[in-house]
Amino acid sequence: MAKVTLKALRHSYMDDPRTDADWALKTLDVDWQDGGAYALLGPSGCGKTTLLNIISGLLKPTEGQVLFDGKDVTGLPPDQRHIAQVFQFPVVYDTMTVYDNLAFPLRNRGASEADVDARVREIADMLDLTATLDRRAAGLTADGKQKISLGRGLVRSDVNVIMFDEPLTVIDPHLKWQLRSKLKELHQRVRITMIYVTHDQTEALTFADQVVVMNEGQVVQIGTPEELFERPQHTFVGHFIGSPGMNVLPCKIRDGSAVLGGIAVPTSNAARYQGTGHRLEIGVRPEFVDFADDGVPVKITKVSDAGRFRIVDTAHELGRIKLLIGEGREIPSDMAFLRFDPERTQVYADGWIVE
Amino acid sequence: MNKTENQKAWLFVLPVVLLVAFNAIIPLMTVVNYSVQETFGDNTFFWSGVMWFEQVLRSERFHDALGRQLFFTFMILVIEVPLGVAIALAMPRKGPWVSVCLVLMALPLLIPWNVVGAMWNIFALPDIGLLGRMLNGMGFDYNFTRQPFSAWFTLILMDVWHWTSLVVLLTYAGLVSIPDAYYQAAKIDGARSWAILRYIQLPKLKRVLTIAILLRFMDSFNIYTEPFVLTGGGPGNATTLLSIDLVKIALGQFDLGPAAAMSLVYFLIILLLSWIFYTLMMRNEAQQ
Repeated sequence: MAKVTLKALRHSYMDDPRTDADWALKTLDVDWQDGGAYALLGPSGCGKTTLLNIISGLLKPTEGQVLFDGKDVTGLPPDQRHIAQVFQFPVVYDTMTVYDNLAFPLRNRGASEADVDARVREIADMLDLTATLDRRAAGLTADGKQKISLGRGLVRSDVNVIMFDEPLTVIDPHLKWQLRSKLKELHQRVRITMIYVTHDQTEALTFADQVVVMNEGQVVQIGTPEELFERPQHTFVGHFIGSPGMNVLPCKIRDGSAVLGGIAVPTSNAARYQGTGHRLEIGVRPEFVDFADDGVPVKITKVSDAGRFRIVDTAHELGRIKLLIGEGREIPSDMAFLRFDPERTQVYADGWIVE
Repeated sequence: MNKTENQKAWLFVLPVVLLVAFNAIIPLMTVVNYSVQETFGDNTFFWSGVMWFEQVLRSERFHDALGRQLFFTFMILVIEVPLGVAIALAMPRKGPWVSVCLVLMALPLLIPWNVVGAMWNIFALPDIGLLGRMLNGMGFDYNFTRQPFSAWFTLILMDVWHWTSLVVLLTYAGLVSIPDAYYQAAKIDGARSWAILRYIQLPKLKRVLTIAILLRFMDSFNIYTEPFVLTGGGPGNATTLLSIDLVKIALGQFDLGPAAAMSLVYFLIILLLSWIFYTLMMRNEAQQ
């Protein structure tokens, strides 16, 4: 078990990176506490797998250090870092039984058969694999194989970090949910630091205590699921997390308050604006927008039913605004006024929140 | 329910039926025809039952040729398959050397068979050939036109040179198709290279190796051109393999009946052995 620290980490797949775009990972400083459950969330190609491979030692960073419990492991190969990894596609040793699969990492490290047996049975019990121990691993379903992958990490008592690279990609939807809660339960039991890479916000938000949101090779926000939802540090986080995502509209700042199309809109942070941004935007989640008697004038374009609430699409002169309206509420038919919750409305300068 | 009478579908099968008929069934039936008849020329034939088959199966000459054939194929498989796998494992997976290696490997396969035979014949000649001169110069008494051992040595070396590439290319294709995650997982699990070979590479290569072994088995069992050009079956009958013997009987002695019977026996042996190989190698697949 270990605390993971990434210090001034940078990586490029090119021999001679020049421009900003040449870096697959831009400068990164992260501290992950021992025993925490973390998720790396971001769209495809944002650098999360690169980061994962750097932590596991499959890739050497161009610059910076990886520290486990303060010890520099940047130069160490994967087997000396005491990490485990579960891959996107289940990796099992086809010709071996489930038992031998689980025993493989221990036997490679020269453990005695008695220790191997005790440990394998304990982990198999934890993962509900006891009944299949004598079967060939190749014959199991995808979720069973992913459990074996995870089990090969768990059997080792020296594991610092277990990493998951989109492990539920090939699992059937109804089993995804099961496996996810199993994972959460296991984490609470073994308390090993776990890092979970995914592009699925539900997976990230349900699994992790802290979510690291990445975009274009940089970390845009680290926070609890609540923080990501209520106070996105970047408009990207607002878009990417939440369904539908945050409304973002261009605005101006006049005398310390935000002005949207000529109408002053109270926000939580406009007063702190120092006048440095080129592009000013106002951001508010659909959950925190409501109809009002006066305020932002819009034209309603579409209403879609999403079960317990309805998603209302409206057109404002500067862009679209969505809002969520609970069941049974009346919705104006054509023109309407909107009010944003001032505590949950933020101003962004060049994409980043004004602080 | 009314059964619809519609025989038009047969028309769709017809091209294949015709192709197979002209390609395989009709020639094969001609051979079957010869194998059960006796002729004294003049295009007159007499029914002779299984006489030729009995003769072939009892013939010492056939047994010897079959023995030599089995030995040859056995040596080919034992040498070419492990060697091919070893070379494929040693080949680079990335970078500019990949294409260089692939081209070098493919070259022997592109040379016509009789040219391979002629090349090796000259290459191995004890007085003027590079290989022959070299071996004799090193103190070995080597002469493939006189000594059975030298002839076999040259024959097997030639086939290894010509056909190991096939095993290499198939194995290489299989190797590059193994996802990186397997190697990464093995690294994390602390597996040594022997364990990686045993538990990841060989199991993943099983299908291509099955194909490679079957192809090498059938081709080496059928081999004719190269040994014919290299040794002509000699010295004496030392390297007379089944196909060479068959041609001697059929075209040299013009014994159509025995040659036809021998062809059929030959064919059935290949069929039977291929089936055994395939069943053995695919046995575990079925259990899963």
